Amino acid sequence: MKTGFGIIYLVVFLAVLASAQGIFAQNISSKELIDRASQYDGKLVVYSGEAVGEVMPRQEFAWINVHDGSNALGIWLSRALAQEINFTGSFQSRGDFLEVTGIFHRACPEHGGDLDIHAQGIRMLRKGEVFQYKINLDKRNLTLVLLGILSIWTLTLLKRK
Amino acid sequence: MILRPRLEDFKIIGFYLGKIILGLAFTMAIPIAAGLCFGELNPTLDFLIGIEISALLGLLLLKICYTDKDLNWMQGMIVVSLSWVVAMLLGAIPLYLSGHWRSYLDANFDAMSGFATTGLSLVQDLDHLSRTHNLWRHLIMFLGGQGIVVIALSFFVRGFSGAFKMYVGEARDEKILPNVIHTSRFIWLVSIVYLILGTLALGITGIFDGMKPVNSFFHGACVFMAAFDTGGFAPQSQNILYYHSSVYEAITVIIMLLGALNFKLHYHLWTGNRKEIFRNIETVTLFITIIATFSIVAAGLAQIGSYPQSGILFRKGFYQLISGHTGTGFQTVYPQQFITDWSHLALAGVVGAMALGGAICSTTGAVKMLRIGIICKAFKEDLKRIIMPERAIIIEKFHHIREVFLEDKMVRSALMITLAYIILYGIGALIGMFYGYPFLNALFESTSAAANVGLSCGITNIAMPNALKITYIVQMWAGRLEFMSVFTIIGFFVASLKGK
Repeated sequence: MKTGFGIIYLVVFLAVLASAQGIFAQNISSKELIDRASQYDGKLVVYSGEAVGEVMPRQEFAWINVHDGSNALGIWLSRALAQEINFTGSFQSRGDFLEVTGIFHRACPEHGGDLDIHAQGIRMLRKGEVFQYKINLDKRNLTLVLLGILSIWTLTLLKRK
Repeated sequence: MILRPRLEDFKIIGFYLGKIILGLAFTMAIPIAAGLCFGELNPTLDFLIGIEISALLGLLLLKICYTDKDLNWMQGMIVVSLSWVVAMLLGAIPLYLSGHWRSYLDANFDAMSGFATTGLSLVQDLDHLSRTHNLWRHLIMFLGGQGIVVIALSFFVRGFSGAFKMYVGEARDEKILPNVIHTSRFIWLVSIVYLILGTLALGITGIFDGMKPVNSFFHGACVFMAAFDTGGFAPQSQNILYYHSSVYEAITVIIMLLGALNFKLHYHLWTGNRKEIFRNIETVTLFITIIATFSIVAAGLAQIGSYPQSGILFRKGFYQLISGHTGTGFQTVYPQQFITDWSHLALAGVVGAMALGGAICSTTGAVKMLRIGIICKAFKEDLKRIIMPERAIIIEKFHHIREVFLEDKMVRSALMITLAYIILYGIGALIGMFYGYPFLNALFESTSAAANVGLSCGITNIAMPNALKITYIVQMWAGRLEFMSVFTIIGFFVASLKGK
């Protein structure tokens, strides 16, 4: 019984401590962060999404943009953390799906007022992969049919001339 | 009595339209070459289909409508306005085939936005779009900025007197050189020289900012085309915010301003007449309106403490302002932030800047600086008339390459076009409000579309009603062509139905 009360007490204590510190441990969407930027400004947030574009190293830090399906947000992180990212989203590949924990800034004073997150940690939720594209047969066939019509017509015109 | 157009009118229009479509088809060879270089096979097929359909349509029109007659004014205007519609329909084919646009209407929206150098976009999952398609998105801005007809005049049309009629129909009222085809080629020369310099500057900056060289130069070329042609598309979904770079932002500001200058002014600067930039009515008006509208934006941002630090306030406020004033549409804030973080006063400042635009005979849209300057001069003249004795002879002059006497017909023309733009902004805003958007948001987006800007406060998205998408397409088209050729095609349509 005593142990049970102890656990409940500990949980309540941690929850109160977390809210006092301004920690939003649940995943927050980019839409929520942008729409309620003032509310989350300067708070520790957890945000997840796909790393897109490319990792852009800047001295001992780096920028990466993480897209959650609605918007991409800029993540400022250390080079060491950035090295954990293997795939970034592009036409050729699906980027690593990351969970970023960090301080959210509505208008970051360090980065010219950009809305960003300064990462304290990242966690790989799903590894990215290189897309394997197969040639689209419908498109290929349509290309050939149109090319055929165009060639026959051009040849007929040239013959008449 | 309205005369019904003759079959010959349709044939002449069809013939020259066919020539322009063929010119447009050739431009698709550029993304095809790029697609092959990047090894993107399916995207290359999208453009092969696009080029084939365009070539077939062009050849068909040339065959059916063959004529050796030249264009008259009405026909020239109609060819121009139809060229832009057909360019949209054909340019949208490869976009739609990529699967990144939810419907063909959405692809058309982006194609018109690109050709008209607006920058509003309905693309989905842009961050995974192929380089081939991304290049096309930016290339159509480069082509549209110079003018679709200018392309045809530069490369595909041998001298004929109808050329000037089409050139004027595309909202280019000034000839830089005596021959309109030489003028078109000069416009291309300026654009290509700046393209090389701008791509180098942005590419090198990108490398210093941590991008890989190939990607950096690819982004550099795309961003240059969108900036110089005051378009506003960018290769990534975050627009310019993606780069997190003050140097990148500074370079794009310079390119946007270069794009907002009159090509005639570029010609004089290139030929050593550097004083012209300080004397020209357009640059002087641009300078004054930038200061005036930025003061409003800065006051609006300071009013609600959007950016507590003055440096940040300047960087964010000035960038969006220049982007809006030049009609570019690059953003370093998220669209929703205009609503959540910016005050109504700041938004009004941006709307005002967007409504004014850049120089005539540039790549910008909107009312434009020469007209604003002329209207201000007319006000000044009328004020003098009230103050001075009745017998006094009042003459007002302005400097635009040379000294020009202000005439009533100039003022009338400037006021007419300004009024037409205000009506166009208003109609779009009313339709936006009809669909439930607040007044300021609706006016912001409508002005952005009609003035070919591309800044968005969040209304433009795939979920917006189709009627609103079509409204913005029409606004982009009419705004880019500055009404004359649009009015002509409406008149032609009415005459076809009611004429005798």
